[in-house]
Amino acid sequence: MLITILVSAGVVAAVGLILGALIGFTAKKFEVQTDPKIEAVQELLPGANCGGCGYAGCADFASAIVTKGADPSGCSACSDAMLAKIAEVTGKAAGKKEKMTAVVFCSGSFSRSARAADYNGILDCRSASIVAGGGGKACRFGCLGYGSCARACPFGAIEIRDGLAVVHPELCRACGKCVNVCPRKLIRLVPASAPIHVYCNSLEKPAKRRKFCKNPCLACKKCIRTDENHMQMQAGLVRVNYSNPPEASFVEQVKCPTGALQVEEIHRKIAALKPVEPAPKAAPAPKKEESK
Amino acid sequence: MNSPIRTWRFHGGVHPADGKALSNSVPAQRAPLLERYTVAIQQNIGAPPKPVVQKGDTVKKGQLIAEPGGFVSAPVHAPTSGTVGDIVEVPGANGGAIPAIEIISDGKDEWGSGLDPIPNWKNTDREILKKRIADAGIVGMGGAAFPTHVKLSPPPEKVIDTLILNGAECEPYLTADHRLMLERTEAVLEGAAIAAKILRVDRVFLGIEENKPDAIAALNEKAGQYGVTVVPLHVRYPQGGEKQLIYALTGRSVATGGLPMDVGCVVQNVGSCAAIRDAVVEGHPLIERYTTVTGTPVANPGTWILRFGTTVEQALTFAGGVKARAAKVIMGGPMMGFAQTSLGVTVTKNSSGILLLQWKETAEYTSNPCIRCGRCVRACPMKLLPGPVSVMVESENYDEAEKNYVMDCMECGVCTFVCPAKRPLVQHFRRAKAEINAKRRAAKAKQA
Repeated sequence: MLITILVSAGVVAAVGLILGALIGFTAKKFEVQTDPKIEAVQELLPGANCGGCGYAGCADFASAIVTKGADPSGCSACSDAMLAKIAEVTGKAAGKKEKMTAVVFCSGSFSRSARAADYNGILDCRSASIVAGGGGKACRFGCLGYGSCARACPFGAIEIRDGLAVVHPELCRACGKCVNVCPRKLIRLVPASAPIHVYCNSLEKPAKRRKFCKNPCLACKKCIRTDENHMQMQAGLVRVNYSNPPEASFVEQVKCPTGALQVEEIHRKIAALKPVEPAPKAAPAPKKEESK
Repeated sequence: MNSPIRTWRFHGGVHPADGKALSNSVPAQRAPLLERYTVAIQQNIGAPPKPVVQKGDTVKKGQLIAEPGGFVSAPVHAPTSGTVGDIVEVPGANGGAIPAIEIISDGKDEWGSGLDPIPNWKNTDREILKKRIADAGIVGMGGAAFPTHVKLSPPPEKVIDTLILNGAECEPYLTADHRLMLERTEAVLEGAAIAAKILRVDRVFLGIEENKPDAIAALNEKAGQYGVTVVPLHVRYPQGGEKQLIYALTGRSVATGGLPMDVGCVVQNVGSCAAIRDAVVEGHPLIERYTTVTGTPVANPGTWILRFGTTVEQALTFAGGVKARAAKVIMGGPMMGFAQTSLGVTVTKNSSGILLLQWKETAEYTSNPCIRCGRCVRACPMKLLPGPVSVMVESENYDEAEKNYVMDCMECGVCTFVCPAKRPLVQHFRRAKAEINAKRRAAKAKQA
């Protein structure tokens, strides 16, 4: 009995030793040489695999930095401190980059914009936008509010507040995923240092814009007249000149008649004023009432 | 009802409540002349036409106001005589805003199309007839608005042996084609004979659902003279789908991504046939159509001959307004039509109906997970797998959806109609088709 146990234990131990030696041998013999720098750089990258750099994830970008000499500042999600550390590892100076952030150019939350219809379809902006009347809001340029951008954001920086997407700049790493996913093309990456924005994207006739929204840009150009260096027209829309953005106090100075020109922090607070609640269901579609 | 030829049963399909009794016994009425029309510039699939009139020009009824922007395009003509106003934006039936030419009527309603009548079309060259159809701006009036002259110009390597007239009108509530076949029987048949001459075919079938016995009787009386065989078909939605109709009448299946001409068929809507006859025999371009204005909230549901550029609001006024509160306005029928958010939508060449539904007739659903019951698979007339494909689309896996033939979906709505989990399947497929088309366009642009 004892013999049997000893023999079997011995056989298992011998097999283990032989296989272990084999593994050790092959591991040495067929070792893949990797640059320790690549691993070090990969450790320093954010690891969100957002693709904002144009490479297939952080590992790919890390090897590109080390082997192909790609510029680490191509990573929009890295902080400056991290870039400095990467530069230390690679021994090459990292380019300086301006911190960017995404901005949703719309202020039409559910409570501040008119509705044209009750929408009872898929709760996703890209699906809603292919239906006539696209999602219920009357404005055909504004935020649909079904959160395609929020779901696309790998950093959780976009929040839907009362049917309006708002970006939290402290979380946004400017990877640009939301820019491509928005069916209304409402989102742009702008320098994070700009404190104020024009929250409207409407190309509707200015007279009609007020019907649809409480805070539309009427293109009155009051802000441009106040300071031409800070504000400009871009493709029919009034926009902050992001190469020379004005201070937050500029809003006080201009006194935008509709409030479309707004300080980013206040814009976020206004959107949060009304909590998200289910759309009213009782009234049968405010569509038509006609008697002839 | 006895069929003169062998017919086939297409896969799947459903029997929705048809609602046709509201309007099918009311004779079509000509709408009174309006003071102002806003004629959408693009009323066809393909290239958008280019306006050829300026503000302030005087035009005659039927005069060209927008010329075709390419081969797959159709011109647009003035619906009445008067002056040209601004180019305005009107809400489009598929959403968004589309440009339209405003025509202010002078009340005289004088013809001046510049197209000479060709009463002796039997001895006229085929190319001349084809050009006339192109000049008259005729498109498929069943819904797709595909230019008719393109369908009548198959490439020489395709042998066409059958012309099929689509008078099935399987969409619930709509009775426009029904009234047209009943009231303009000879126009439909003569137009079909002209199309048959252009295509050089002698086999012409008119597929019609057997819920229109009066139209079948009227057609049968005259069909022999024009060489048309009227084939009554079982009532089953979507019997009037192009590929379903071809299968029902010839037993031929169009392969995925293929066209009817691949199986030797050309399908024309009966409304397009009547328009062909008007263009050739009378020299009248396409400026008006039979449109059903119906639904329980409408005071006098019926079929109206509406000129293009009439708004939905005006069409409803002709029909006596509304007697009950409407919750939904649909351009087209309830299965494939588009719900509208504005009454300013205009009647175009493919507006087969304007349907109003009351609140109690509509439904509001929450999408639930697929329970794999397979009803959609049994019902799909294209033999697709709607349930599984919708799950792929939900997870944004468009490549997989494409492999499962989502591009073959014709958005007939049968799967959504039968789904017990109330999944918005058609919307999922429209999304997938839009994303796949965008991807293909991007790939094409990259190649070029």
